[in-house]
Amino acid sequence: MVKIPYYPGCAVQTTARNYSISGIAVAKKLGIELVELPKWNCCGVFPSLATDDLMRHLAPIRNLIHVQEMNENGIVQNENRIITFCSMCYHTLKEVNLFLKDAEKMEKINAFLEREKEFVGGVKEGYRGGVEALDFLEVLRDMVGYDRIAKEVKKPLKGLKVTPYYGCLVLRPREIGIDDPENPTVLEDILEALGAEAIDNPNRTQCCGSYHTVDRKDIVAKLTYDNLIYPIRNGAEVIVTCCPLCTFNLDHRQKEAIKLHRDLKETPVMYYTQLMAVAFGLDKQFWGVDLGLHYVDPKPLLEAKNLY
Amino acid sequence: MDLAEKVKSISGEDVLSCYQCGLCSGSCPVRFAMDLSPTQVIRLVQIRNIEKIFEANTFWICSTCFACYARCPREINITKIMEALRQIRLRRDQDKISVNEIPKEELKILPPIALVSNFRKTTA
Repeated sequence: MVKIPYYPGCAVQTTARNYSISGIAVAKKLGIELVELPKWNCCGVFPSLATDDLMRHLAPIRNLIHVQEMNENGIVQNENRIITFCSMCYHTLKEVNLFLKDAEKMEKINAFLEREKEFVGGVKEGYRGGVEALDFLEVLRDMVGYDRIAKEVKKPLKGLKVTPYYGCLVLRPREIGIDDPENPTVLEDILEALGAEAIDNPNRTQCCGSYHTVDRKDIVAKLTYDNLIYPIRNGAEVIVTCCPLCTFNLDHRQKEAIKLHRDLKETPVMYYTQLMAVAFGLDKQFWGVDLGLHYVDPKPLLEAKNLY
Repeated sequence: MDLAEKVKSISGEDVLSCYQCGLCSGSCPVRFAMDLSPTQVIRLVQIRNIEKIFEANTFWICSTCFACYARCPREINITKIMEALRQIRLRRDQDKISVNEIPKEELKILPPIALVSNFRKTTA
């Protein structure tokens, strides 16, 4: 069992508990122990894109410093990687290293952290750089491999028509993305390894409406319709996602989307890790389908396919 | 520093290489809700008419999805231009949204990442 630092973030501890519960169990099955980062704080959620906004980069940097500390405290050995499930966490943690390539910015940030030392929440030492953020999808593709995933499958998802949805932050911009920004395949490849049928979704890399879900539900409802209707017309029975915000918008905002367009029929949205837990034959407590987090309940579909 | 210089300085992007092909607007998933298209906004930055941009909602509607930047043949990070415009407004005026106005029943179901990212983009 290889031990790798793991950054949960707020979403997978609350509205997306089904993501982390299934993901941690799946990782364990594949020989990876995700060791939760001690004292983690908010990732920053969306990196500031302003060149002069150093303060807004402190949150992810503090988290990366905690990875350094984990090594010093012997919790992990020589492990400069940090794994996340949430696309937004992945994005911010990955982005900050690119931002700090500018030596002047790195120096300024570390000078600030030095002054902050004596206060609550202060870190003992500055950031040395080089902590690598990994999305769990990358881990599955590059460390585990699809063959190994296929070997763990006890209940192949035969006859289950699944359409992948990636969203933005795990793919774009190119220098942060884990796959081709226009034509990603990692989710399709995983679905194939699980024995499911991947249904084409022309909008699988389109925005879900993101944070507009707070004050512009109308925008999100239209995008939810656009992002769901084509794969559903192509026969998709379930949408597979990798981001807690995309999932919320695609799942919960179906309520508003159906009010706009009556031809949309309610379709369950699941994290890829949940389908992996199902296919691996893990105990149902690790599927995360009984926590009341889904707007459209995926259980009737799983039952109809003799998977539940 | 005039506003056009400010946009350049905050975003770190020079828009003069834009030749107005329109691919950013064609790729924008939220163009339908914008007063001006991203291409029009970039043109206005080129001719340094930032006040005209501030009359439109475009930079608030941008959801930072980076689709425009992924496709721009001139590799202009248009998303950063939109952020610079938001920042100038937020640093000068008041917040775009009022946190108190979010309905309680919505607060119960919204993921924390939705709230925090929204506040980071629409409040100072």
